[in-house]
Amino acid sequence: MQADPTETLTPFTGHACPQECWSCKGPVALEDLFCPTCSTIQPLGQVDHFKRLDLEATFDLDVNDLDRRYFELQGKLHPDRFATKTSQERTLSMQQATSLNDAYETLKDSLKRADYLVHMMGQNVLPEGCQLISAPDLLEEAMELREALAMAETADDIDAIAARAAGDIDDCEIGLSKAFAGEDIEGACALTTRLKYLRKLTDEVRQQRAKMTAMS
Amino acid sequence: MADLLQIHEPGATPLPHDGEEAIAVGIDLGTTNCVVAISSEGKPEVLRDEDGEALVPSVVAYAPDGSAVVGGMAKMLILDRPEAVVSSIKRLMGRGLDDVKSLTGTLPYDVEPGETEGMVRLNVAGHRLTPVEISGDILAALKERAELHLGAKVDRAVVTVPAYFDDAARTATKDAARLAGLEVLRLVNEPTAAALAYGLDEGAEGIYAVYDLGGGTFDVSILKMQKGVFQVLATGGDAALGGDDFDHAIAEHFLAERAASQGAKVITSSEAKAALMTARLAKECLTDQPDGEWMISFDDIMTKHALDRETFEGLSRPLVEHTVRICHDVIADAGITPDDIQGVVLVGGSTRVPLVRQLVAAEFRHEPLADINPDEVVAVGAARQAEALTVGSDTLLLDVTPLSLGIETMGQMVEKIIPRNTPIPVAKRQEFTTFQDGQSAMSIHAVQGEREMVDQNRSLAQFALRGIPPMTAGAARIEVTFAVDADGLLTVSAREATTGVESQIEVKPSYGLSDEEMRDMLYDSMKHAKDDMERRLLAEARVEAERSLNAVVAALRVDGDLLTADERAAIDAALQTVTDAMAGTDRDIINGLAEDLEVATRPFAEKRMDRGIREALSGHSVEDFEDADEEPAVKAEESA
Ligand SMILES: [Zn+2]
Repeated sequence: MQADPTETLTPFTGHACPQECWSCKGPVALEDLFCPTCSTIQPLGQVDHFKRLDLEATFDLDVNDLDRRYFELQGKLHPDRFATKTSQERTLSMQQATSLNDAYETLKDSLKRADYLVHMMGQNVLPEGCQLISAPDLLEEAMELREALAMAETADDIDAIAARAAGDIDDCEIGLSKAFAGEDIEGACALTTRLKYLRKLTDEVRQQRAKMTAMS
Repeated sequence: MADLLQIHEPGATPLPHDGEEAIAVGIDLGTTNCVVAISSEGKPEVLRDEDGEALVPSVVAYAPDGSAVVGGMAKMLILDRPEAVVSSIKRLMGRGLDDVKSLTGTLPYDVEPGETEGMVRLNVAGHRLTPVEISGDILAALKERAELHLGAKVDRAVVTVPAYFDDAARTATKDAARLAGLEVLRLVNEPTAAALAYGLDEGAEGIYAVYDLGGGTFDVSILKMQKGVFQVLATGGDAALGGDDFDHAIAEHFLAERAASQGAKVITSSEAKAALMTARLAKECLTDQPDGEWMISFDDIMTKHALDRETFEGLSRPLVEHTVRICHDVIADAGITPDDIQGVVLVGGSTRVPLVRQLVAAEFRHEPLADINPDEVVAVGAARQAEALTVGSDTLLLDVTPLSLGIETMGQMVEKIIPRNTPIPVAKRQEFTTFQDGQSAMSIHAVQGEREMVDQNRSLAQFALRGIPPMTAGAARIEVTFAVDADGLLTVSAREATTGVESQIEVKPSYGLSDEEMRDMLYDSMKHAKDDMERRLLAEARVEAERSLNAVVAALRVDGDLLTADERAAIDAALQTVTDAMAGTDRDIINGLAEDLEVATRPFAEKRMDRGIREALSGHSVEDFEDADEEPAVKAEESA
């Protein structure tokens, strides 16, 4: 065991065994973005989106916190900071900034964030749906709302549907917060699925409104 | 070589990071006019000619020997020698002929016959030229203006492009800069550049809209500006709509009047150019005056045409209303309402048209901000970004993809891989599979646009992944990755996941130049191509060597105590030779000595790694465990 500490000891010490800095060959920790010795940008570590942004893995994310962390990190990692550096540094910056954007885009949006958390718990909702739940009720609700939308004749009708969807989305998000806090994965999957339907409906409401404006 | 360096800075040491690098310029390469600006110590400056004029008309006249005249001089030749003059060439960047508007069926360009595929070629004064070459000549003139002004060589630039430019047009712009001997540090979207300049110079904070109606393109972007961060929330536009279209509407109106009195006649491309020139004058006059009268003269017949502002607004209203509808969609895309918007910044000469101001104010519920020069703000933003990229800055531009990127699937449908308004750089992977048993190749067709069917979108590139081993239909796992870099340029790669068969391309747009064509053009058009290349390679060698130096110096600072005096002396000597070589201009020597330095410091690196591992294991400073190669406390925890 002691002969090869890099693999076996890592999870227990809380101090990951160091990697080698590609530039100065000194030690860098797995989560280091920059070498502590020579300050050179490092390759991507395998971390989840929350960790990448140094945030607690929770559905109840403070969006302002998220923005602040994102801007702070992008301010260090964005390719614009490396325009006159070596090609290796430019490549690493591009990879780091790309992953950071991916993390930000995923966590910023409540549906993607819920899906990602469900995914971290070993399930999938997007894009195909979740095996844990069969949701005839959800489907029925979605069909009903879409039908109502198709029947809508006036802007007021559409506004009423939009308002209902917006309220339901709020409810969904409150429910998701509770479900994740209580580690209720089935509940989380069901609510994520419902949120997905509601978002789709919101898109359709928007299209319908555009159509109506274009005709008038 | 040595001479070139001395131009940069006589007498000083040519080490990087000491201001040796020549200034990088910002260029607004517009459809109608161009502007070049510089920024130094946070102070931007627009470069003007001796008459104080910043705008360089995007007009090129060619002499019989092929030499180009750019700007006001060329513009004056439009009426006399229309066959030798090209204007609005930006409208053809990365485009096919179908994208170009005609005037009563005649294009205002003399297009080479027989060119049905690939990039359009124009016949100008007997020369066969691509839009890339013509734009390259414009950029070369701007570069010259900057060099004259600075008294130094300029070879790096930030060039702006319409946010709504697709991949083909962006690539064409970069190629044109290369022809002009300019390295593009970054392509920046025009509205983003304007926001940067406006935000920094006016201290604006909050959500702003930038409405940019140029000569041939329209963009609208919604940005959130806070504490030096410029985050584009959404962008939209029309890459084939601009002030030129107002000219077209007026010219069509005049020519219809002329046909009514003189009888209909097919006009030539030169006559089309002349009519458009007259129409432009009319449009500009009607910004300040209620009406006027203009003349069109060809075939020895002169016709007079009266036009008042009301009629002009009737002609242009559908165009402006189209831009307002796009604004509406972009506000929704940004996930905000008009009430969230603090202000609207107007960019582009065409925003001087009163009807534009009126309808924009109504849509955004704000009087547009008029305290900026709409012609110069984009170049100022580009110059500021050029300074940020070369010297450094605390501001940060976070831009997005303007158009969705997707792939063709069964039935000519498009599967979106990267949706529009995704922050860049971005990379997304999607898995596809084979359709037939034993299928050995898969065609990958990348398209750009929002529509469902392939032929309604712009085709970017097509390539095949070959060598897929025989499998039953649906068993192969083809991973296709789309990556968009910070310039908004796409790279597509594909691999079969079970076997690792790979294929990767940088997207070479269907309307782009081939590598071979590019090489030939570089060879033909740049007498200094070889010098420029050499200088670039030298600069790269220095940057690389400097990184090695910094790495070793940093390591010595932290872990220098691991070395014996002799070892230390050897490394110091190696450092000195690299430093000395960097002052010279032989890149092979620089590269060689930098490699020697890496070799010379390898034993040092190993010692440092050993120490690093011990430190990490202990979680304590290394001094506490000088001899503890294996730390038992950790092992005990391990069994827990
Ligand atoms: Zn390092």
